[in-house]
Amino acid sequence: MTERPGESQLGLDAKLAWRRGALAFEVDLTLPPHGITALFGPSGAGKTSCLRAMAGLERDAVGRVSFGQTVWQDSAHRVFVPPHKRRIGYVFQEASLFTHHTVAGNLDFGYRRAGRPKHLDREGLIDRFGLRPLLERRVDGLSGGERQRVSMVRALLSDPALLMFDEPLSALDGPARIDLLECLESLHATLQVPMIYVSHNVDEVARLADHLVLMEAGHVVAQGSLQDTLTRLDLPPALGDAVGAVIEGDVVDYDAHDQLIELDFAGGRLWLPYRHERVGQRLRCRISARDVVLSTAPQTGTSALNQLPCRIVAAVDAGHSSQVLVQLDAGGCVLLARITRRSWHALGLPPGSNAWVQVKAVALGI
Amino acid sequence: MALLTEADIEALGLTLRLATTVTVLLLVLGLPLAWWLAHTRSRWRRPIAAVVALPLVLPPTVLGFYLLMLLGPDGWVGRAFAALGLAALPFTFQGLVVASMLYSLPFVVQPLHNAFEAVGERPLEVAACLGASPLDRFFNVALPLALPGVITAAVLGFAHTVGEFGVVLMIGGNIPGQTRVLSMRIYDHVQAGEYHQANVLSLCLLVVSFAALLAMSLLRTRRQARD
Repeated sequence: MTERPGESQLGLDAKLAWRRGALAFEVDLTLPPHGITALFGPSGAGKTSCLRAMAGLERDAVGRVSFGQTVWQDSAHRVFVPPHKRRIGYVFQEASLFTHHTVAGNLDFGYRRAGRPKHLDREGLIDRFGLRPLLERRVDGLSGGERQRVSMVRALLSDPALLMFDEPLSALDGPARIDLLECLESLHATLQVPMIYVSHNVDEVARLADHLVLMEAGHVVAQGSLQDTLTRLDLPPALGDAVGAVIEGDVVDYDAHDQLIELDFAGGRLWLPYRHERVGQRLRCRISARDVVLSTAPQTGTSALNQLPCRIVAAVDAGHSSQVLVQLDAGGCVLLARITRRSWHALGLPPGSNAWVQVKAVALGI
Repeated sequence: MALLTEADIEALGLTLRLATTVTVLLLVLGLPLAWWLAHTRSRWRRPIAAVVALPLVLPPTVLGFYLLMLLGPDGWVGRAFAALGLAALPFTFQGLVVASMLYSLPFVVQPLHNAFEAVGERPLEVAACLGASPLDRFFNVALPLALPGVITAAVLGFAHTVGEFGVVLMIGGNIPGQTRVLSMRIYDHVQAGEYHQANVLSLCLLVVSFAALLAMSLLRTRRQARD
């Protein structure tokens, strides 16, 4: 997301420390004032706890939190703005709807308290999230997906200055999850306020996030733009298969017979399985490091649909002693390949040399 | 013979007035107290919870005796009242209200405490993030969600106050229109050998208690069916 001139460049700034039993947490975060920032890491890394601390829901966290020009917490000066004055749209992992209200009552809880602001399109949001037929229903009878959609619209209608979504899709599976992910993607395009999105699912992160904060064992291990961070070579092994490139390009072709689409990005063109994209649409695609094959020359007689020329940038030992992680440059796009040490030596490609990558199209369908 | 004598009806009215007054006052006092017990991290939480529960195990006569000592002309509350030019509390309706409140306190506070704990922190956190102030959260989230517990507390507090005897005997005496409640009247009838009258009044209490508990249980199952 590009910065508009003259606009405040201050996002959320947090330096916090707290304990949970034997675990000590310490985070130092600077989040941009636009777009979606994913708080990503394995289960138990402290992502939820960190989000709650920034929202002011963990009273024993000490440190300093500021958002824009406002100081939310400054333990050294005994400053603490309570959560209800922070204008946060928080969506919890479980929808946590009010059982004493109908769907409409839940939606209007924050909307009424925010003074029914004119700039919020209540009816539009209700339609976009498919809640119109549910408005008069009691919340007990809703499905998991419906509940979470109510919870999200409820947060959006509270006129938040910052959205905090805590693994909103983790309790869902199958079609409900896909539906909601598409809702969130469309929300991303029109989002006026920044969002922090906690997740341990790299596909969700790849599709939604602009920025990434990686957490492990209660600490921030890396932060930066999504593409740069996920292709770093120094990420902890705990991230495992999450490492890899996220590319963004335009859908330029649709092969109806083979049910494939072609994506044009800086590094070349890729064939992907068709879901229901339109030609001309902008699309993100994750190329996991383990799905990339390296060769010294273009291959013939292979089932891999995608071949791209690239240049070797660097290689490091990967988490497992049998593997190396190779950083590649394809037309300015950074890609990663995780291959065996044996293959790496057999290829004999020093940094700077030219090579080819192959990617199976089926590995690119999310 | 009339079903109820005038004195019986007077005792019945007095009892209902007492129980209603005590229930209303206990809810006003019990709601914040139960809320505090359910949410505080203070080290005083356990001692205070124990004091609140004390009347559950204490013989009513013991409670009544200490209250009589405390509120009487030689007790420090009694002396404070006298110094302020107020009438002494023992053997008055007001005294009976104070004593009944203490005696019925756990029957009101414990259901409320349980109900607030069952509501949990999550709905309150959600409400806070939606811009609701602490007072707003209490009245518009915690209280509606704890409503079954509030009804239970009111019914138990009312029924328990209607049925008390020992405390009334110690601190209220048996003054017609002032402190002669239904349970005292039944005792009088039995002492006088008027078993029929005692039976009619006892039956009244039995029916009221049974109806209260039945209504509470029906209300609860209806709520559960809805949830």
